[in-house]
Formats: sequence, C-alpha cells, structure tokens
Amino acid sequence: MDSYINLDELHHAAAEHTHDEEGNKMFGFIVFLLSESVIFLSFFAGYAIYKTTTPNWLPVGVSGLEVKEPAINTVILVASSFVIYLAERALQRHDLVKFRLFLLTTMAMGTYFLVGQAIEWNGLDFGFTTGVFGGTFYLLTGFHGLHVFTGILLQSIILVRSFIPGNYDTGHFGVNATSLFWHFVDVIWIILFILIYVWQ
Amino acid sequence: MTNVPIEGILLPNEKHNHESPTSWKEYFSFSTDHKVIGIQYLVTSFFFFLIGGIFAMVMRGELMTPESDLVDRTVYNGMFTMHGTVMLFLWTFPSLVGFANYLVPLMIGARDMAFPRLNAVAFWMVPVVGIIMMGSFFVPGGPAQAGWWSYPPVSLQNPTGNLINGQVLWLLAVAISGVSSIMGAVNFVTTIVKMRAPGMGFFKMPLFVWAVFSAQIIQLFGLPALTAGAVMLLLDLTAGTAFFDPAKGGNPVMFEHYFWFYSHPAVYVIILPIFGIFSEIFPVYSRKPLFGYKVVAVSSILIAVVSGIVWVHHMYVSGTPSWMRLIFMLTTMFVSVPTGIKVFAWVATIWGGKLRLNTPMLFALGGLIMFVFAGITGIMLSSVPVDVHVNNTYFVVGHFHYVLYGTVTMGLYAAIYHWFPKMTGRMYSESWGKIHFWLAFIGTNLNFLPMHPLGLQGMLRRVASYAPEYQFWNIIASLGGFLLGMSTLPFIFNMVISWMQGEKAPANPWRAIGLEWMVSSPPPVENFEETPIIISEPYGYGKSEPLTANLSE
Repeated sequence: MDSYINLDELHHAAAEHTHDEEGNKMFGFIVFLLSESVIFLSFFAGYAIYKTTTPNWLPVGVSGLEVKEPAINTVILVASSFVIYLAERALQRHDLVKFRLFLLTTMAMGTYFLVGQAIEWNGLDFGFTTGVFGGTFYLLTGFHGLHVFTGILLQSIILVRSFIPGNYDTGHFGVNATSLFWHFVDVIWIILFILIYVWQ
Repeated sequence: MTNVPIEGILLPNEKHNHESPTSWKEYFSFSTDHKVIGIQYLVTSFFFFLIGGIFAMVMRGELMTPESDLVDRTVYNGMFTMHGTVMLFLWTFPSLVGFANYLVPLMIGARDMAFPRLNAVAFWMVPVVGIIMMGSFFVPGGPAQAGWWSYPPVSLQNPTGNLINGQVLWLLAVAISGVSSIMGAVNFVTTIVKMRAPGMGFFKMPLFVWAVFSAQIIQLFGLPALTAGAVMLLLDLTAGTAFFDPAKGGNPVMFEHYFWFYSHPAVYVIILPIFGIFSEIFPVYSRKPLFGYKVVAVSSILIAVVSGIVWVHHMYVSGTPSWMRLIFMLTTMFVSVPTGIKVFAWVATIWGGKLRLNTPMLFALGGLIMFVFAGITGIMLSSVPVDVHVNNTYFVVGHFHYVLYGTVTMGLYAAIYHWFPKMTGRMYSESWGKIHFWLAFIGTNLNFLPMHPLGLQGMLRRVASYAPEYQFWNIIASLGGFLLGMSTLPFIFNMVISWMQGEKAPANPWRAIGLEWMVSSPPPVENFEETPIIISEPYGYGKSEPLTANLSE
C-alpha cells in the first residue's frame, strides 16, 4: 500500500472523470473485434485440421482453385485499406469533399471485390455440400464476404451522415470504427487467401 | 477531509431517495438502468431455474425405479437435454450476469455500465432464448434430445425430416444466447477498464469485479469457438453440409473440440463470479481483511488463462492420442493451483475471525465445503486412468453437480441474501433463510453424494432405466432431489413476503466495506451523487484507515 496519497492529484482526477463516451465506444469496438477475430480463428483452425486429416480432401473432379483472379481481388482489397485511411485523414483536415471521394472509392473497391467473388463462386465446379472441402471453402469465403458487405454498409452510413450539417465537427467514432473494421476485414482476408489459395 | 472509521460505518451520503425504482412495473419495462436490468436478469433466470428444476424432479421420479415407467423415452431425453441447457444458459449464466450488472458499476464508483442500451438489449434476448428453447417441446419430432453437449452424429438425426425441429430450435437458442453474452462481455470489460472511479487502480478493485473481469474475458475469447461450431452444426442439419457428419466424410470429433474449447472454460465463467462472491462475503461476516488480496485477484486471471488450454480432458476417450492426453492432464491439474490459493485465502480469512453465521455466511460456508469436495473429485477426473474408468457415468454427474449446485447455486443464494437489503431496501427473514439453507444443504448432499458410488459401480448417465442393483442409491438420490426441490419454497416465500413487507433496510446492514454499501438501499438512479475517490485497499476490516473521500469534503 502506498504510504502517501496525493489527494490533490485525486481531486484533479475526479474532476476529469467525466464520461469519455467516445473513448468507451472505441474501446468496446476493439474488444468486439478481438472477439470476432476468434470466430475467424476457429474457422481457420478448423480448415487447417480438416485439410490435413481428411482423406480425399479434394472432391472427385476438382483439381484445385484458380489463384489469379483472387490474387487481383486481394490487391484491390488491401489497397482499399489505404484509401479509407486517406478518407479518415481528409476528415481530420475537415476536407469533406475529399473525405466523400475517398470513401466512395473504398466502397467501389469493396464492391469490385464482392462482384469478383460472386463471379468466382459461379464458375466453381463444387458446391456448399460437396464434402468438407466445399463446406469449409464456402463457409470461410462467405463469412468473410458478409463482413465485406457489412463494411460497405457502414461506409454508406457514414457517407450519408457526412451530409448532415455539423455531424462530423467533434467526434468521429463512426468513421474511426468503420475504418478499423475495414482494416480488420482486410487482415482476415490476407490470412484467408494464404490458407485457402496459396496453401493448396 | 474527514477520516471514516471502519467499524460502525455510517457513510456521508446515506439518505432516502425517491428516484430509485418504486413500482414493480418498472421491472417489466425496457429500462437502461443497470440496477433494474440486474434484477430483471435475476428474476428471469430464477424463473427458468424453477423450470429446469421441474425437469430434474421428473428425471429423479423416473429413476426411482429401474424400469422406464414414468415418462416416454423421448420426453426423458428431452428432459435431461433441457435440464442441462436451461440450468447453464438460462440460470447460472444470466443470474451471475444479473449480479454483475447490479454490482459492478456500484462497486467501481460508476454511474452505469459503459453501454446502457446494449445492456438492455442483451438482457431482453434472454427471455427470447428461453421461449425458443422451450418451443422445442412443441414442434413435430419432440424436443432436442442429444444432451446439452449435442454431439453429432446423434444431434444430426432428424427422423421427421422437418426443417424446424427441436434440435434446430435448440441450436438457434444457444447461438442467440451467445450473441447476448458477447454483448455483455464487451460491456463489462469496457466498463471495468474505462469507468473505475479515480484512485481505484486494478489492485484496489473488489474481488467480485476482478472475478467478473476474468470471466468476461473468457466469454470474449471462448464463446466465438462455440458459436463457430454451432453454426457449422446448424448448417449440417439444415443445409446438408458435411462438417460433422461421418456419413458424408465429416469429422464429428471436430465438433467436440469446438464445443469444449468454450464449454470447459464456461465452467470458470460461472464459478469465477462465485469465487468473487465468496471473497466479498467471508471478510464481512468474519470481520477480518481478506487474506492475500493481491494473490487472490491475480489467481482469477490465471484461472481464466489456464482454462483455455484444458478442454481436451473432456475428450480422453474420443480417440485422443496418449501424448495429448498427458499434456491436458497436466494442464487440468494445474488449474487446482490458483483455485487452491483462493480456498486457502478464504480459510485463512475465516480462521480466527469473529464469525456471524447469518444466512449469506451459511450459504457461502456450505458452498465452500462442497466446492472442496468437488475439487477433489475434479482432480480425480483430470487423471486419465480414473476418467477412462468413470467416463460417462454418474460419477461425473455427481462431480459437476457439486460444482454447479453445491458451489454455484449455493453461492448464488448467498449473494441473493447478502445483497437483498441493498437491492430491495428491505430485510429478509433470517429464520426462513436458515430453514432454506439446511434443507438445501442436506438435500444437495443426499442428492449428489450417492451419484459417486453409483458412477464407480458403473451406472451410465442419461439413461431412463438401469440394472436393479443400482436402485438403492438412486432412491436416496431421488429423495435428496425432492428435498432440494422443496427447499426453494421457503426461499420464494421469504423473498416475496420480505420484499413486500420486510423491515426497512439501512444503507449498510452488514457494516461492510465497499462502495455499494455507501449509498442508500436501494441506491439512487445515478448511484453516486458525487464521484467517489478511492484511497484505500478494499477489505480493510479491522483497520482504522480512511475508506474513501468525497469531493465535497
């Protein structure tokens, strides 16, 4: 136990102890993302174990996955992480026009990724119920795709809100959280890409 | 600044308030006050506890005779599945979340939880979970019957061919309950990290808060694994995927990993807050500081961490290779180290204390005794040779009922009595409380002790009929079970009557230390008129140090 207690310091702290709501929200959101990453981790671990222990991993007639288009998709998605960062920076400078422009670019890149994935799914010669391989493939890419879709949804919300006067004058929790979510989705995709497409 | 004497505390801001919930209607409304939500959790979960108890009574009735003669086997299977699920997901989890909701903001000097609306939404999912789960009894094909762990391929059977069947509803309910728990965990962790009153460093937090913090971290990092497994099982059942279905090339043992990676640590999600409750109660009723506060605090985190690497001890007989069994045997045994630290600390706290054997203390002591017993059988079960012998027998059932009834439910009762004056502003009846305690304590031992010899003799769990030589112990267990069921009656009577017309409670009837006892009973809506400042360690019973300072002084 401390032998001296500086009461002045504590009084000062108590005066400062207001509700830091923005800080709480951001902290809570990070905690949520950590928890979310464990779901992905569970699926990843499952995929790795299934891949290494299942006899006849690839279904009959399936030789493997095409890597080229998904690789292009990966580049687009990772690049979009930088674009949303630029949007965030623009907002900090109160440059709403650039903020919206970069945000729209991010959304376009995200949509490109989703459409690319839809085209890939459409061309595959195995389905969700084709053994464990099909199941895990569609589960992982589908669950990630759902996150990309959610990210685009969040981006459209902050875009619309940027047109409400005075909305982004003080706190930017919505923007920071959306941006963080997008980086998270990107990092998950990089692991997923290596796990499914590179490690065949 | 005024120093506040520890003995006979009458704290500065004790006053009557008219802002706290006065009408019962408030408890049926969508409130964002953490105290209302806490009580909503407690009452709702107790309702489900009674339902789970009725299932148990039916099972014990069935097991009075060796033949399967009381209920249909489908009903029996549904009963043990639902008994387990209801008691875990609708009684122990939500009731402890209820206490955490009520107490954590008060104990750390905050006005509310970090996200009050999220908190309310998380609560209102609990009745939804209950309705969906109970709905499983009313769909074609009957309720979920695969036991609370729902192992495939049994859980994948769907003889009716319907898309909506008992098992699907069960999985949906578990998934929703998981979402609610994750929301709660985010809220608790944020509240505890970000909203402590000035001066309250981590090592000045009450141990209940430490326990809730550790437990919620397990929720955050364990629960997603169960959710992942449940989603995959749901897809197998409804969409025809092959994750766990051996007939389609899937691997059912994978489900066991997903399931136990969370569901073993889940035991600590339940028991850690109970340890926290013990740590709050023993010092008050012994009039002594808690022995080894810091070590006890750290041991909670240690339990949370180690809990993540022990899950395979549920799978010793699932084809797990020997080297892996050895690792998990050692890690499991290691859990007893931080747990033992806590037990020693409590005993040392009680030792030589000036004991007041009020109802909360009786329940806490009873719970501690039964926990020690459960700990011993737990170490036995962690050992591979013993586990292989008694796996899937009543020995295991006896062990975890000593944990879940003997320790957790007894601990919950201790907490209910201890904080009843704070929550309701009324005193409970001590004599009815003691009747309740003795019925429950005798009932618990009579019910669950005979399960150990039964298991050692080889009686399997989850069976409606058994060989006649097992009947003697089964009759004893059933009689104990009925006694246990009856013990809830004086409790309900006491709670209802005392809440309506009990003696008015002062702010601090137990002369306890802790911020929650510094505000009126029940506390005002905003908890603290002025943010308290914490300058001393908790549990300074018998020390003459200042407790807290108010800004105004």
